[in-house]
Amino acid sequence: MTELRLYLAQRISAAIMVPLVLLHIGVMIYAIQGGLSAEEILGRTRGSLLWGVVYGIFVLAVALHAAIGLRNILREWCSLQGVLLNTLSWIFAAGSLVMGLRAVAAVVGSA
Amino acid sequence: MQDSIANPIRVKVWRGDAGGGRFADFDVPPQPAQTVLDVVTWIQRNADASLSYRFACRVGMCGSCAMMVNGAPRWTCRTHVNKVIDGNRLTIEPLRNLPVIKDLACDMSGFFEKWKQAEGQFAGSASRHQPVAAISPRDWQRGAANAAIECINCAICYAACDVVAWNREYLGPAALNRAWSLQNDTRDRRHSERLQAVTADGGCLQCHSQQGCAAHCPNELNPTASIAGLKRMVTVGSLRRKKL
Repeated sequence: MTELRLYLAQRISAAIMVPLVLLHIGVMIYAIQGGLSAEEILGRTRGSLLWGVVYGIFVLAVALHAAIGLRNILREWCSLQGVLLNTLSWIFAAGSLVMGLRAVAAVVGSA
Repeated sequence: MQDSIANPIRVKVWRGDAGGGRFADFDVPPQPAQTVLDVVTWIQRNADASLSYRFACRVGMCGSCAMMVNGAPRWTCRTHVNKVIDGNRLTIEPLRNLPVIKDLACDMSGFFEKWKQAEGQFAGSASRHQPVAAISPRDWQRGAANAAIECINCAICYAACDVVAWNREYLGPAALNRAWSLQNDTRDRRHSERLQAVTADGGCLQCHSQQGCAAHCPNELNPTASIAGLKRMVTVGSLRRKKL
């Protein structure tokens, strides 16, 4: 049952995102208390496996969650169906994933 | 609520059929405690006998007189004019999301067909020769069924639902609300089949929880909560690897 799987995947990805968003905001607020430059942030994140895993999981969840939501919108508002609907949704998911993972690589990868 | 209504009430009534139509204007004298159904009946009896509309009980039990009144779906027999009138204007249209037969009368067959698709019929597990099932009023399932059971099938929730407007396959709030009340009826024997029916494409998973149904239900039911209950049932069932 595809619709059931998509429904579950969207809820599970949302459940993954909630703590990660709170962690992201919490760390940001904590870290910039005394003022922090981009260079200093990158100095802490580069080479960190932990932040790579955290943001990597977050990007995966976002790509999945947003693509399923967009699929619903395309289906209901644009009356798209079948192969076209699924292809567009996959393209959006793949695009989000590639852009997100590039950003993660830039933050945690070596300079 | 408006204390006094100017004479006459300027009423726009949609006239036409499935092929299309237009609004016709009528002036109706205000009356004390006048309902929207009284207004429509006055027009049919005094201004235009060819106006078609549907009603039966006039006391909010049969669910047949629902129409769009100033843009919102309402049971017209229990809607006082002074509660919904805009200045001295009333606009009355057939229910949204349903095909029009003529004027204010809609074709309800699709609505009831979806009710059947959602396995809305009770399927008893005992015969008349067996003792009556003992169900405690304190049982939580009885409570859940009770909360959903007073539906009169007026299709107001169906007209209020944007998901129905966007997705013609969607079963709609009334059918799913009915399914929820039966899923909580321990005497019913088709729980598994019903859960499959409401999980299929067009079922409960399509609901966006916008709560238009709950906001407009004249009996103050909450079909959104019933659908949320079905979603929980489906989710738990699938995570426990029950066959769906």
